[in-house]
Amino acid sequence: MASIGLVRKTFRLRTVFLTTLYADILFSEHYCDKRYNNLSIMVERFLFQSYDMSKYLIKKIFTLGLLLFLVSWVVFAVLFVLPGDPAQIILGINATPETLANLRSELGLDKPFWTQYVDWISRTLSGAGSQSIHYDVPVFDLILSRLAVTGPLAFIAMIIAVVISLPLGIFAARHQNKTGDISVMTFTQMGLATPEFWLGILLILFFSVKLGLFPAGGFPGWLANFWGSFKSLLLPAFALGVVRAAILTRVTRSSVLDVLQEDYIRTARAKGLRERTVLYVHALKNALIPVLTILGLQMGQLLAGAIIIENVFYLPGLGRLVFQAIGQRDLPVVREIVLFMAAAVVIVHFFVDLAYAVVDPRIRLKR
Amino acid sequence: MSSALLEIQDLTVSFQTSQGVRRAVEQVSLYIEEGETLGLVGESGCGKSVTALSVLGLVDRSTGLIESGRILFKGKNLLDLNTEALRRLRGNAISMVFQEPMTSLNPVLPVGRQIAEPLMTHQGLSKIEAYASAMTWLERVKIPMARKRMQEYPHQLSGGMRQRVMIAMAMVCSPSLLMADEPTTALDVSTQAQILHLIEKLKADLKMSVLFITHDLGIVAQTAKRVVVMYAGQVVEAASVTDIFDRPAHPYTRGLLRSIPRMQPPTDVPKKRLQEIKGTLPSLDIIIPGCRFADRCPEVFEPCRQKKPDLSPVQAGQQARCWLYADGSGKP
Amino acid sequence: MNKHLKNINFRCGLVLTAVVVLAAAVSFFWTPYDANRMDPGHRLEAPSFYHLLGTDQYGRDILSRVMVGAVNSIFVGLATVVIGMVAGVVLGLIAAYIGKWADESIMRLSDLLFGFPAVLTAILISAIWGPSISNVMVAIGIFYIPVFTRLTRAVALGIWGREFIEAARASGASEWAITFRHVLPNLLSPLIIQATIQFAVAVLAEAGLSYLGLGTQPPHASWGRMLYEAQTFMEISPWMCIFPGLAIAWTVLGFNLLGDGIRDNLDPYML
Repeated sequence: MASIGLVRKTFRLRTVFLTTLYADILFSEHYCDKRYNNLSIMVERFLFQSYDMSKYLIKKIFTLGLLLFLVSWVVFAVLFVLPGDPAQIILGINATPETLANLRSELGLDKPFWTQYVDWISRTLSGAGSQSIHYDVPVFDLILSRLAVTGPLAFIAMIIAVVISLPLGIFAARHQNKTGDISVMTFTQMGLATPEFWLGILLILFFSVKLGLFPAGGFPGWLANFWGSFKSLLLPAFALGVVRAAILTRVTRSSVLDVLQEDYIRTARAKGLRERTVLYVHALKNALIPVLTILGLQMGQLLAGAIIIENVFYLPGLGRLVFQAIGQRDLPVVREIVLFMAAAVVIVHFFVDLAYAVVDPRIRLKR
Repeated sequence: MSSALLEIQDLTVSFQTSQGVRRAVEQVSLYIEEGETLGLVGESGCGKSVTALSVLGLVDRSTGLIESGRILFKGKNLLDLNTEALRRLRGNAISMVFQEPMTSLNPVLPVGRQIAEPLMTHQGLSKIEAYASAMTWLERVKIPMARKRMQEYPHQLSGGMRQRVMIAMAMVCSPSLLMADEPTTALDVSTQAQILHLIEKLKADLKMSVLFITHDLGIVAQTAKRVVVMYAGQVVEAASVTDIFDRPAHPYTRGLLRSIPRMQPPTDVPKKRLQEIKGTLPSLDIIIPGCRFADRCPEVFEPCRQKKPDLSPVQAGQQARCWLYADGSGKP
Repeated sequence: MNKHLKNINFRCGLVLTAVVVLAAAVSFFWTPYDANRMDPGHRLEAPSFYHLLGTDQYGRDILSRVMVGAVNSIFVGLATVVIGMVAGVVLGLIAAYIGKWADESIMRLSDLLFGFPAVLTAILISAIWGPSISNVMVAIGIFYIPVFTRLTRAVALGIWGREFIEAARASGASEWAITFRHVLPNLLSPLIIQATIQFAVAVLAEAGLSYLGLGTQPPHASWGRMLYEAQTFMEISPWMCIFPGLAIAWTVLGFNLLGDGIRDNLDPYML
């Protein structure tokens, strides 16, 4: 505790020192005489804010580390109590008790919980990782190869969602209760009600079976066929994206509507700013804050939520891997992927926090 | 009256609410001469802010409707202008300072940028020129370390400083009319005095007119030359400041004056009790056949409840909307 | 009730959900054909007068199976909402009433659950206990607990903070009496709104898990499983993957609109 206090104190001292230093530079008569130029506007903004931003960043990185540790512990603990003996699965039901016991001690399964946890976490951190029981390859490699499908899939889906939802949400808010708004809201209700896997099936039915424009499923691999791989991700990404877009559109709409009621929007109009500036600079930057929250939640869930859509399109992604691994009782794979997904959620939230700080100065510059 | 910078004639504004249509402003007429400060006084909800917002064309289009009237600014009717022409006037020739500086400034933009914006929009200055000008304005409204403040956000400033920023923002384009809507209400007393002083000084420097909207007659006494008193959406009295304080004509104005706490000389015994006006503002959706103040008026008599009174001259430069003066004699 | 009927969302939602509930209720007594009866002579038939929505790969009548599937979805929706609501209300009340450490730990726990991907947990649970409809209900229900906990806590804190509660306390009412007389009634309408919306989410989730083969087991009819089977025969009989999906969308839309409609009318606490 004492050390934390000390760190804080030095921190505060350095803040004071640095800001006075800036002030000295900026308010020396010599500098004040200088007129503004494009660079100085940028540099000054950076000088005054970067320090507080870095403070915020350090705090957030600390929380991130703590959360990752907690998550790893929870994942390990949950799967520790999960029934199913890995040694038994590897050797099959006909194994003798001696061979079983030998393998168990070889895998370290006879050690106490904490030792196993520390072994596991240090192996994971060192990059060695565990070995898949079913595939007999390092889980790490397995995850990487599958992530090459799920990562781009989630990313394209998110881009589709954002590209659809932001303009639609703003449009609906601007035309509140008029025909345009009502049709957008009807669309979002439909989107909310449509199961994404059904949308996926319908897309296959129309674009693959009827028109033959896209493959109905499967994934050729990035190296073998880049364009073909990209094409095979488009339909599933669209199915995922449209459903997310429905939610994001509603959030954007209500957020923009809320912000348009604010006093500072009236001020911006009273200044005679163009309606475009009022909306896209003054309103949107504020309205984005709640949208970011939902976006972060969605992003995190997309990595895991792709399980179903990957099954619809027979994509060899993370979701399909974990789904199959659970069926095969491939414990190391399940554990590592669950850890990976949980960590991905935590890390995405970390980036959302950073995005908050960029958008909202009240968060990064607490007085 | 030909020298009036702004002249509002018979302005009526109504709002669509869930309880039906309400008239927030009814047949309001007032004028401001060049270089003059007009005090617009009334309780909250009496329609003074709506009057100012209609000048800027900022009455909410979806619920509000300007039913009738004319708003002449330099002889041109603002209600005839299209939205684009009106927008060019806002923040340029006519600007406004709002009551609550915390919520009226955009929390996610640096104040320097917010001050520079009107310059870039209306005068076509480059970003660099606009920033330089914005900084000199920050210095002019007495904000220390202006260069540093330029990059700060509203939440990093004190209440008084925020209001100075608001004022700087309204001033950058050297408007000929400033409408200040309760600019000091949210501030503490010593800051209040500084802000009032600042507005006074800038008004003299720029030779502009000021419409000072307030509920505080004390502030009016310090700043304005003439006063218009509003009650329930109507102008009830218009007079010079001296007349308002020495010879208030309308019973409502008298009530307002009696409710101001005043320093009394210690010899003044027995002390008068501070009086409030009895009752509350009538709901605007109730159509009252007679005078809107009748229910609270201590001097109410028959005609008050039967017919609406018109503004009647009391003496030169003083009018009151009251049956007491309807015979034109100027005597109650 | 008249006020409610004026709301277009509420009206549409009521009609849509009424159709689903009616179809489910009727299916107990009567379906056009036995939903599980196979008829090899009439496999993969297109919609016709005899089979209004066509038949599947075993010659089973799809309309009958969609009707029986409605029972399944409604059952899952009810069960998960009840699980989530009962546990959530209790935890929320505890968090709000005790405060401090209890509040802190309950809220952090629910944050953790909130951020965790629901599908993954459902898969884990069915991996441990085997795939079955009751395990799916538990898996979905667990994820509803934090939703109701937060809601209950927020409303309860709001009410316990008000003056009339102080007055009741001062006049000697016990905490239990206060909870039952003041807190729970005020909780009712936000809970109803939330439950309606969670019901819709549960229908979606059950369909997804059944599609994966984790929920309802064959030969019982479930919309999600029907879609999975339909995908194999997509090229020869595309209608098979239209109607079960339409049924899901219909039901979800109905409950969502109903929830929105109730919220528009009596929302005291939520956005």
